[in-house]
Amino acid sequence: MNRTLAALTVLVIPAALVGFTSAYTITEHEQVVITRFGQPRGQPIAEPGLHFKVPFADTVHRFDKRWLDWRGDPNQIPTKEKKYIWVDTFGRWRIVDPLRFFQRLRDERNAQSRLDDIIDGETRNAIASFALIEAVRSSNRKFEDDEYFAEIEGAEALEKVTLGRDKLTRQIRDRAAEVVKEFGVELVDVQIRRINYVDEVQLKVFDRMISERRRIAERSRSEGMGRAAEIRGQRERDLKAIRSEAYRKAQEVTGKADAQATRIYAEAFGRDPEFFQFLRTLEAYPKAIDASTSLFLGTNSEFYRYLRTSKRQ
Amino acid sequence: MAWDPRPLGGPERPDPRDVARSVWKHLGPRIRGRLPLLVLGVLVALGALTAYAQVEPDEVGVILRLGRFIGTVEPGPHLRLPFGIDRINKVPVQRQLKAEFGFRTTRAGVQTVYGGDKPELAREALMLTGDLNVAVVEWIVQYKIKEPYQYLFKVKNVESMLRDISEASMRAVVGDHSVNEVLTTGRQRVASESKVLLQGLADRYETGVEIQQVVLQDVNPPDPVKPSFNEVNQAIQEKERAINEAYAELNREIPRARGEAEEALRAAEGYAIERVNRAKGEADRFVRIHEEYRRSPDVTRRRMYLDAVADALQRAKQKVVVDESQKGVTPMLWMDGGKAPATAGATAKTQEHP
Repeated sequence: MNRTLAALTVLVIPAALVGFTSAYTITEHEQVVITRFGQPRGQPIAEPGLHFKVPFADTVHRFDKRWLDWRGDPNQIPTKEKKYIWVDTFGRWRIVDPLRFFQRLRDERNAQSRLDDIIDGETRNAIASFALIEAVRSSNRKFEDDEYFAEIEGAEALEKVTLGRDKLTRQIRDRAAEVVKEFGVELVDVQIRRINYVDEVQLKVFDRMISERRRIAERSRSEGMGRAAEIRGQRERDLKAIRSEAYRKAQEVTGKADAQATRIYAEAFGRDPEFFQFLRTLEAYPKAIDASTSLFLGTNSEFYRYLRTSKRQ
Repeated sequence: MAWDPRPLGGPERPDPRDVARSVWKHLGPRIRGRLPLLVLGVLVALGALTAYAQVEPDEVGVILRLGRFIGTVEPGPHLRLPFGIDRINKVPVQRQLKAEFGFRTTRAGVQTVYGGDKPELAREALMLTGDLNVAVVEWIVQYKIKEPYQYLFKVKNVESMLRDISEASMRAVVGDHSVNEVLTTGRQRVASESKVLLQGLADRYETGVEIQQVVLQDVNPPDPVKPSFNEVNQAIQEKERAINEAYAELNREIPRARGEAEEALRAAEGYAIERVNRAKGEADRFVRIHEEYRRSPDVTRRRMYLDAVADALQRAKQKVVVDESQKGVTPMLWMDGGKAPATAGATAKTQEHP
């Protein structure tokens, strides 16, 4: 019994040891470079699953196969028009040639710092050779603002974008990708995460924004007052029009009536003007003579003459 | 305070090696032949334990066999190859995940507390608009994992990558809108455009994530500029008010003036009708009188005259009849309608009006 146990120990333990040191697994997101005594052996392996190597002599170096992120340090960069801004970029890359990557950069941390140098540099170049607007806008889309907002806002930003954010970042990407290729690294994307004004510039921008808003506010107020005056004027005009129109029509109507009346009178009274005068005068007496009237009449008058005489005329 | 003395613990502690030896002496003979069995038993127990896995209802299990992806399993109990040959990565595909930008919910629940005053959060929210102004935009992104395989094996640090592309796409969209649009009319469009852009990036980056919603939270001008933005709003209100007041005045007066005009016109028409009717009436009367008059003009004339004078005299208060044959007599005028002083040589007949 003791002998079998000893045999088991002698055989099984080294066998297990050899087994464990020669087998290794690669997970879905890994790729591997094998070195034998420091010498790279064969092609890198990217196939996930169980793999074997020569025990003790071979070493497994694992690298990520996934998209890796790179985050740049926020960088203070002057644009073409000498505006200082913070530009904060990020990128996406992966190790396409693990062997070369292993030889040149060894590990991800090292790679990150090389990427920092290269992409930050390219970002700086790109930003510095374009106006700020190129990095901010992606198209020449027209703002859908009220016309007077647009008029004020347009003042600075009206200059057309020739490149735009997308093409600008693509340019950074293209140039940096060319450089990092030799590290076995594929750089697929560089994006601007944040752009912000440097503090001093920001204060100036705030001042500008405040004065712009003031202008808009003043303009709005004055437009309000102008429009109100216009409406008041319209009201005044309408009132005068309505009233004078009414007066004119009334005069027309009364005038016509007066004319008609005059014609009627003339036709009738024209038959005997003398009689008309006589009749009208007689009719006027009761109106002209009232309780406060004193009459002096001579006895020569037709009415009183019989007071004096009964003679025929 | 003292514990009861332990029944087994004597003043002299037994040497552990002695104890082991005595245990072995007692148990040894019994298990000596069955040691492999015992080892096997332990292995089976371990295997059974590591072969069982449970996937929760909101998850999906991604199975890796020796590192190789062999498939996914739905929620429920599952058996896998033991001893770590099979590994199950659980991915919460049903759960709605959320990322916040520019603020953090510090205490979720009935009341959400926003903590947005840290400088990093402020930087997260601060962005340039297309007219080179600055706006402070807070938003959330809601997403779900739609491709667990991509989510696990295509991107390292998916969460931070998602945050980066969210920020980038929001800024890209805000950078193409004016500050005024971002603050007011364009909010909805900013949210939906940045969702589209973000989904595009998420797909391109193979994150395996489906963006469900991008929701803008507070969107403000930066604090130092805020009062002037409020001033604009106020000014717009003032403008509206001035215009409305002017219209109110107009509406108050114009209809009334129209009514008054109508009134004047109707009155004029009334006057016209009256005037013509009167004229017709009077003319008619005259014609009729005149016709009768023509038959015997003299008599009629005299009669009319006398009637009129009689009537007139009846009305007058004072009548003074002067005999014109008496020369040089001047009738006295009296101011008051009282007694008439008799004037010498004049025959005055005074009649009191009834």
